[in-house]
Amino acid sequence: MAAEGNAIDALGQFVLYPALGQVGSAVGFTNSNLYMVFAGVLIVALMVYGMREAAMVPGRMQGLAESAYGFIDDMVVAQVGEEGRRFFPFVFTLFMFILFGNMLGLFPYAFTFTSHITVTFALAATVFVLVTAVAIALHGRKFFGYFMPEGAPMWLAPIIIPVEIVSYLSRPISLSVRLFANMMAGHVMLKVFATFVVMLAGLGTVGPVLSLMPLALNIALVAFEVLVAFLQAYVFAILTCIYLHDAVHLH
Amino acid sequence: MDDREAFAKRLADARAKSGLDKPERGKRALPSSTWGVGLRAGVEVVSALIVGVVIGLGLDRWLGTTPWLFLLFFVLGAAAGVSNVYRLFAPRTGVRKD
Repeated sequence: MAAEGNAIDALGQFVLYPALGQVGSAVGFTNSNLYMVFAGVLIVALMVYGMREAAMVPGRMQGLAESAYGFIDDMVVAQVGEEGRRFFPFVFTLFMFILFGNMLGLFPYAFTFTSHITVTFALAATVFVLVTAVAIALHGRKFFGYFMPEGAPMWLAPIIIPVEIVSYLSRPISLSVRLFANMMAGHVMLKVFATFVVMLAGLGTVGPVLSLMPLALNIALVAFEVLVAFLQAYVFAILTCIYLHDAVHLH
Repeated sequence: MDDREAFAKRLADARAKSGLDKPERGKRALPSSTWGVGLRAGVEVVSALIVGVVIGLGLDRWLGTTPWLFLLFFVLGAAAGVSNVYRLFAPRTGVRKD
């Protein structure tokens, strides 16, 4: 796919195609869906297999499962407060799904479903709807007071309220664009530099030596991408927690 | 009972001495590297502008008031973007004051 006819095809890796042969193309099951199923199966496997023994002294898998659980539990309690515990399953699912999606995408030949804005926007829209529903369920009509900060003079209301509404509506956009842009940019960079390796290697005698430079850069980039993959899942989860905090406490 | 309290105290002291307890638990915040903050601010502004522009164009098409509502909501989106960025740096009130 890369470096065919000296062109850099950095976006070919994001193309959707039907997976699972005949059945997949009949129902529109794409490679993206396949990796979502992978992620889900791996998460369930980690939690079920890891906690199978529930030993006092945890083994490796149990340690991993427990630290993932504890990590999100700490985050939810610290950001939302003790009453935010009931949102733990939601935040945990979200975090693990995004983390596994990002990490699985780093494997060679794998597809990164979080590099599609449709996927990330669907996730962000779910968060947005849930947060709004929680706020309205807990506070009823007082929720709409959220758009008019206390202490602001009344005559500013015609300006402040539309601005606050637009700002509120921009949350799912910024949430989804951040994740999508980070994942997509990282994978494009990896692909571009990988293509440079191939192109430079074909440049006669000095080529292979020169191609070591983009290769070294790519190795560093892969490490960086692992960091980004974790960090973006973390940022998505913690922003969800912050929005939930706003919904539960309304300032 | 006394024994247990003494033990708890000794355990807490020992943990503190070897640095096992994180002193600032729950102070997890968003990562704040220069690049991270810069990109986040950019995303906040752009997404508020997108929302403003989409609402403006949609209302214009519906009410046939091209281009006035678009212009109005473009400005509102820009203002919302600025307020998003302000909120990014302003200390968040109400977190963890429980």
